Amino acid sequence: MKTLKNLSVLFISVLVFTACSNDDDNPEPVNEEEVITTLTATLVPTTDGSTITLQTRDLDGDGPNAPVVTVSGTFAVNTTYNGTLALLNETESPAESITEEIEEEDEEHQFFFETTNSLATFDYEDFDEDSNPVGLAFTLTTSATPGTGTLTITLRHEPNKSASGVSDGDITNAGGETDIQAVFNIAVE
Amino acid sequence: MKHYILIIACCLFGIAYGQNCNYKLSGNVHDFHDGSAITGAAIYIETLDRYTTSDIEGNYSIDNLCNGILTLEISHLGCETKRIEVQINGDTQYEINMEHHIEELNEIKIDASGSSRLTKTSQETQLKAKTLERFSAFSLGDALKQVSGVSSINTGNTIVKPVINGLHSSRIVVMTNNVRLQDQEWGIEHAPNIDLNSAGQINVIKGANALAYGGDAIGGVIVLKPKNISLKDSLFGKTILGAQSNGRGYNVSSSLTKSWKKGWYATGQASYKRFGDFKAPDYYLTNTGMNSKGLSLNTGFKTFEKGFNIFYSYLNNEIGILRASHIGSVEDLVNAINNQQPLVQDDFSYAISAPRQEITHQVVKADFFKRFKTFGRLEVQYDFQNNQRFEYDIRVGDDRDKAALDLTLKTHTLKSDLKIDSNTNAIYKFGINVGFQNNFANPETGVRRLIPDYDKYDFGVYAITDFKLGDNTNLDFGLRYDFSKIDAKKFYITSRWEERGYDEDFADIVIDDLGTQLLANPVLTYHNVSASAGITHQFNANNSVIFNYGLANRAPNPSELFSDGLHHSAARIELGDLRVKQETSNRIGASYLFKNETLSLNIESYLNQINDYIFIKPTGTELTIRGAFPVWEYEQTNALLYGLDVSANYKFNDDWFLNNKTAFIKGRDVTEKEALIDMPSFKTVNTLGYSNKKWLNFNAQLQSELVLKQNDYPDNNFEVFIPPTEEFVLLDISTPPPTYHLMHFESDITVKLSEKTDLNIGLNITNIFNTSYREYLNRLRYFADDLGRNFMLQLKINY
Repeated sequence: MKTLKNLSVLFISVLVFTACSNDDDNPEPVNEEEVITTLTATLVPTTDGSTITLQTRDLDGDGPNAPVVTVSGTFAVNTTYNGTLALLNETESPAESITEEIEEEDEEHQFFFETTNSLATFDYEDFDEDSNPVGLAFTLTTSATPGTGTLTITLRHEPNKSASGVSDGDITNAGGETDIQAVFNIAVE
Repeated sequence: MKHYILIIACCLFGIAYGQNCNYKLSGNVHDFHDGSAITGAAIYIETLDRYTTSDIEGNYSIDNLCNGILTLEISHLGCETKRIEVQINGDTQYEINMEHHIEELNEIKIDASGSSRLTKTSQETQLKAKTLERFSAFSLGDALKQVSGVSSINTGNTIVKPVINGLHSSRIVVMTNNVRLQDQEWGIEHAPNIDLNSAGQINVIKGANALAYGGDAIGGVIVLKPKNISLKDSLFGKTILGAQSNGRGYNVSSSLTKSWKKGWYATGQASYKRFGDFKAPDYYLTNTGMNSKGLSLNTGFKTFEKGFNIFYSYLNNEIGILRASHIGSVEDLVNAINNQQPLVQDDFSYAISAPRQEITHQVVKADFFKRFKTFGRLEVQYDFQNNQRFEYDIRVGDDRDKAALDLTLKTHTLKSDLKIDSNTNAIYKFGINVGFQNNFANPETGVRRLIPDYDKYDFGVYAITDFKLGDNTNLDFGLRYDFSKIDAKKFYITSRWEERGYDEDFADIVIDDLGTQLLANPVLTYHNVSASAGITHQFNANNSVIFNYGLANRAPNPSELFSDGLHHSAARIELGDLRVKQETSNRIGASYLFKNETLSLNIESYLNQINDYIFIKPTGTELTIRGAFPVWEYEQTNALLYGLDVSANYKFNDDWFLNNKTAFIKGRDVTEKEALIDMPSFKTVNTLGYSNKKWLNFNAQLQSELVLKQNDYPDNNFEVFIPPTEEFVLLDISTPPPTYHLMHFESDITVKLSEKTDLNIGLNITNIFNTSYREYLNRLRYFADDLGRNFMLQLKINY
């Protein structure tokens, strides 16, 4: 019975110890650093015209609220726009730029641009060390005929940049994981 | 010669002390259990080389003794031979207790050749050391598939979770050396942290009838015990070396045991396993390697009457998860499934990179037991477990090498069991346990906690009775009560808190509001009652039956309560629910056993009706910046599972045998009138075996494994919108893979190297024809084929 007593003393002291070391402080919140909440595409026409901004913003990350998608205006036909992308994590305050992170690891990232109804074509304007495209800078050239449709911007992490068509902006063989897929309703007039 | 020495010794003794040698030792020999007299026990007086026996009343006497120490050896049919030393001091009385209960004796004997069932009326199967040794390179889940009705749910081929009659994870209790494993078993990617090499035998008990181990084992209980150590002076060991072609793996396991006649013993065991990328018939499965290190130490003292045991085990597993299974969106999943082949295929490598897991599990246990004459056995045990789990995801930037999940689960348990067995016809067992568990989710990961910090308190009591009605019938009843309380602190994204409706139902548990996040303090308590009843009856030497009933309640696990977020390899958002109640199982089992010289047959049937069965099902989609994801929520329904497990063995003659193991199960969601997800499909394994003792103990087996396509499954397919093409594509996540048939071969010979050293050489081939197949219960079946052909060579040395 002595052993029983010793064991219970041990058990109680362990409980007390655990309780003490684990004082009643609340756990620290985690502010996720890698979350991308906001993608902004700024498109400046090379000729006269107004700058167009496309934005998708999902402030609760993987939470239940859907992203808020905004398109500032309509594109002009037969026009080339210089595009840049900016990515933010707005769950942090102040908001953290994810753009720099992608610039630093550009060989592991690539953006893809697609439109329906052949509304525009795209060219990459920035390249990684292996001369493969990245897509933080690009040009968009609108079609000669007006129309409406969608523009999809996809960010893939660790795509296979050497696969067929990928460096030309064809996502079909890219593989990798999707970090962003933003769909904008656009019009070309 | 001996006599002369003895005479001389006695004379010397006499001369030296001038002692009177006319004393008498007398007493009674009786049973330790019930105190009844033992007639005809042979008493050998070692010191004098004389014999006597106990009379009809158990009395004995030995005359002409001198003062001093006398060594006696008492033996009786069916009893453990006992050696005692008696101090003679004038005419002396000495009572001798003998033990003749095989079950108890097995605990201290090494030769557990007889079947040692843990329960009388359960559907129970035992795997012995020889079977387990064949699986030295594999996991617990792989070895248990040798039991008809036990399958596994896998994530690849190194994360293998046992499934008993269609149920797994928190519905199964795993006991290792009498410690209930607490290793975050709720997760489907969390395999039991067990080094198979540390077990000497495994018993699988189907259903919740073994209440001593817990009241919530709706699926069943897996009991692992270390190799039994005999009470004799010995030093023995075992080393297993293995190599296999698939995964270019190698493994080594070694154990050494020292025991002393007086009761002391010590065992040390260590094992190491290393695998590189495994290979499907057509490609390497990139990043599926494994690195495992295990160590266990077991020491103590035991006699029939008392003993203690101190046990420590350490297991570290580093497991790579198929690279191609890490996806970012539903569209990626569509691509992965439609591609038919993994999207990442590299050359062979031993490297293990993200996604990967690293788990360290440690167990410390100390127990003490004492047997009381004509009463029973009392045992007290304390154990502590520390489970540390890191999961590394594919991350970017500074966080690249940081774990995405870092959980530490600490569990303390104190328990006591009392077995009253003075009356062999009515044995009573009582037990009590208290437990404390703390989970700590490290915020340093920079990823929101999947499982929150919590403290959990457990308390349980049980009573079991075994009755023997005549020689052929056993009856048992059990009752158990468990209380558990979880006190958690969890951060919710405010929008999620509101979407769940918690702002209405649980407004009072919010303890901090950080704007976008809320800190809640759910305190949940559960009271569970479980019961069991069973009967076995042996009609004659060949035929017997078992009937049993089990009532079990299981409280929801942390995953079912708290899950909250995106699950990468499944491309789905998984949501737990604080409102989930415990589930209740009513299980009826019936078995028929037949055994004669050539045929042994075991047919087990069961019906398990589970009210408020907790499961996860798709309920809608949510849009994020990565696209739309299906949402899967934990819900409750009424489920019915029923099935049949058959195992049969037919001996043609001394050399040839045929063995069949077949399992059939159906699982229904009674409320929704549809099939339950993830139910094992029909499986039948036929083995033709040959053995010949003359050829170095040669054994060979050819095995055919047939697994039919699962035709009963819920249709959770859904349409995915692909924006660039403006098309809807059907995402088929439900249709099970087709029927497959595999052939395996096993062989071994044993060479005697010396008097005490045996070398066993085994050659096994699995998937002989390199068949491409996918298994319904492998979570990576969407991404890649299962394993191709594998050659294995195993050397086993017993010394």
